[in-house]
Amino acid sequence: MPYNCVCLIKQVPDTKKISGQAMNDDGTVNRAALPAIFNPEDLNALETALQIKERYGGTVTAITMGLPSAADILRESLYRGADDAILVTDRKCAASDTLATSYIISCAVKKLDYDIVLCGRQAIDGDTAQVGPQLAEKLGITPITYMEELQELANGRITVRRAIENGWQKVRTKLPVLLTVTDEANEPRVPAAKFIMKYKNAMAPIEVEKAIRNDNTALDEQAVKQLIEDEIRVLEEKNLLIKQWDLGFLEADINWCGRSGSPTKVHRIQSVVLTAKGSKEVEPTESGVSDMVHELIKEKTIA
Amino acid sequence: MANFYTDNSDIQFLMKHMDLGEIARVIEEDFTFAREHDYAPATADEAVRNYDMVLSALGQLSADFIAPRAEDTDRVGNTLNEDGSVTYAPGIVQSLEKLAKAQVMGFTLPHRFGGLNFPNLVYSIATEIVSRADASLMNIFGLQGIAETIDSFASEEIKEQYLPDFADGKITGAMVLTEPDAGSDLQAVKLRAFQDDDGNWFLHGVKRFITNGCGDVLLVLARSEHDRKGGLGLSLYVCERGPTVKIRRLEDKLGIHGSPTCEIFFDNTPCQLIGERQRGLVTYVMSLMNGARIGIAAQSQGIAEAAYRVARDYAASRKQYETAIENFPAVREMMMEMKIQLEAGRALLYETSRVVDVAMGYSRQLEKNPPKDKAEKRQLKNTSKKYERFATMLTPMSKYYGSEMCNRVAYDSIQVLGGSGYMRDYAVERHARDARITTIYEGTTQLQVVAAVRSVCSGRAEKYLAELAERDYDAELKDLLVELEKGTQKLNTAISFVKENGNEYMDLYGRSLVDIAIDLIVGYLFCDQASTKCDMSVPLTAEDTSEQAQSISMKQRKAKIARRFIQRNASKNNCLVEQILSGDKSTFSEYQSVVGPVISE
Repeated sequence: MPYNCVCLIKQVPDTKKISGQAMNDDGTVNRAALPAIFNPEDLNALETALQIKERYGGTVTAITMGLPSAADILRESLYRGADDAILVTDRKCAASDTLATSYIISCAVKKLDYDIVLCGRQAIDGDTAQVGPQLAEKLGITPITYMEELQELANGRITVRRAIENGWQKVRTKLPVLLTVTDEANEPRVPAAKFIMKYKNAMAPIEVEKAIRNDNTALDEQAVKQLIEDEIRVLEEKNLLIKQWDLGFLEADINWCGRSGSPTKVHRIQSVVLTAKGSKEVEPTESGVSDMVHELIKEKTIA
Repeated sequence: MANFYTDNSDIQFLMKHMDLGEIARVIEEDFTFAREHDYAPATADEAVRNYDMVLSALGQLSADFIAPRAEDTDRVGNTLNEDGSVTYAPGIVQSLEKLAKAQVMGFTLPHRFGGLNFPNLVYSIATEIVSRADASLMNIFGLQGIAETIDSFASEEIKEQYLPDFADGKITGAMVLTEPDAGSDLQAVKLRAFQDDDGNWFLHGVKRFITNGCGDVLLVLARSEHDRKGGLGLSLYVCERGPTVKIRRLEDKLGIHGSPTCEIFFDNTPCQLIGERQRGLVTYVMSLMNGARIGIAAQSQGIAEAAYRVARDYAASRKQYETAIENFPAVREMMMEMKIQLEAGRALLYETSRVVDVAMGYSRQLEKNPPKDKAEKRQLKNTSKKYERFATMLTPMSKYYGSEMCNRVAYDSIQVLGGSGYMRDYAVERHARDARITTIYEGTTQLQVVAAVRSVCSGRAEKYLAELAERDYDAELKDLLVELEKGTQKLNTAISFVKENGNEYMDLYGRSLVDIAIDLIVGYLFCDQASTKCDMSVPLTAEDTSEQAQSISMKQRKAKIARRFIQRNASKNNCLVEQILSGDKSTFSEYQSVVGPVISE
């Protein structure tokens, strides 16, 4: 039996490559200093969805909320085998916390036909792991978090193994379901050659507009609009148009979006700059190791 | 995320420096395929972007997935089961699955069979990258020439039967040539091909040392003309794995443990003829082998790169006498030579692949779409022939130089690591074991030299060197070009002398002649790289060690390499020329006196 999977993905700053310029003076993340990447565990979620499609049939739709540049990870999803890609982008989404984000995404997912919604366990920028469960609540479906293994999918039921502290738990529920997937679940595939060759030209309307405006600064507004319209139509015919939805299209209640929909207040931000460098040789003997461990405990490096 | 494509600045530079767009235009037949296949490129820029992006995906897969499994694959190897089936090492199975998903198992196959229609040049780069991760996996990834041979010579039905599955990575193949008494000398192949009354073909006999002989589709060289000895009695067949194809033995080898080497007994196996009878060896296998030789050159390049990197890392971090060992002249000299030889091998391999692509492109154009104008057609024919001759010379050179280079680099990598290098804790001992086969299979070094020296002495090398000398070079390299010209004159003197002394003398000094020719060719290629119009800068210091990372332009760097390479080789080659001109034939005249009788226990 085929299943329709919706996979939520996020473009995040690569926090592994953090440097001295990673934080702005006001304590927010300096996105320009860090390369933007596909949130790692979202790739595990996408891989799960693609495996479900390969085994049972159905579709995989990748959806992201973010800046126009987030279209990059939608293309990355198409390179791996997603059938459809949706960019939710709107200036009014800015400053959304997890509550507002999950509301906006719920409006988008409700427009789709789905059996399984998949998210990465958490994003490496905020590390909250909240959007998935909040979304399930808004969609009125069961969430299963920390999925490590999809064990069975049959007769409208799904059985998974999920990680819990000190072990694992086997759970079963009826579809539809929302899964948050850990990096234990699988090893994500790399982009596939023929999908790269085809979808590297896929674009969202907002990207088309930007590219055409850049290339045709001398033309008048009317002509530019015409060019944009034509190009969008060409992409659509070739099945290379990334769908783009704004809050108006989603019929979202503005009070629940962006800053007004975000009750989270940041209490304090501390900028920690690690400056000390150096190394210390430890004798490779019992006493050497023991001294080192005691020192680490004393300095509260380890508990 | 690591990436064996993007982390290699020499490959990155060569991708910019080489004119990939022109090759793309030729093999995409002026981008006409884009009309029928939605993933075929519509412009040269798009084609080059495709190459770059696909190599990047493969580079990531190689670094993150394949390389971490290589050690386990080396230890576990393959198993021959009681029922005659072969179980691959788990790392090989998993990697093949990922490669199939990445859609890279039909690199050079035409779009219409689901292939990527990429040039051989890009396939060579891909093979190098995969081999750097796991040399033994290359023996299966690198067998794409089998599908290509089917595409070039088999009937449309056979193509349709197998090629889409090859491109999808659903099946793997084997080239089944060697027999117990037919190794280098394939003309001695005995395996019988016979027909029943209805004209159906069958195979009967034994094949040995067959890489991936347990594969799904086998290309088998067999004797169809039973009253005819030699190569003209042989035809090429395709058959499938089945109950009549019995794997009798898996070889226990020094290296490439992930690659199963099979002894096969064909017990009246049904098969289909590829192309025409009697052309099996002389046309089809020769073409197959040429591709395979470039494949081994690329595999060698990957092994050498992997070994070099371990050595460099160790030389920079291992401290003795309170300093990194790379600060000692002897170690520094080894590292420098390894790195230059690595780039020399790559320069020759990529140039060879490029020439092969151009030759194939022109011959395809002549076949499918010849110019209407007679003079133009003749011109194209001549150009096509010329490139074919260059390819015939460069292919054995590249296989010879690359495989020998990779053994030297792997050997010295162990030396740099010292005692640690000899232990299995480091990968260099595996690289050295994997390297060892490269000078042996797909034609030994000695056979490559025999093939290459004939081209060198027939005037091809002279012509090719003259073409290289015609390219545009920067003025600063003038003295080096003069040096190369002098070297070419000396080579020509040596060639004339050798020709006066007959074929035996030519083979006796074959290796020296080929060495000189290769050094001159690579000298020009380095000068060409140093004259690039697509410069890029490469870091001189590791990213995280200093705030102001230093860098150097690749163009300047290549000029330095060219200078050292050409000047050092000039004096070495003078010695070789002197030896050749000496007329010394003691290897023959004194063999008995020096080597003595065969000592039997």
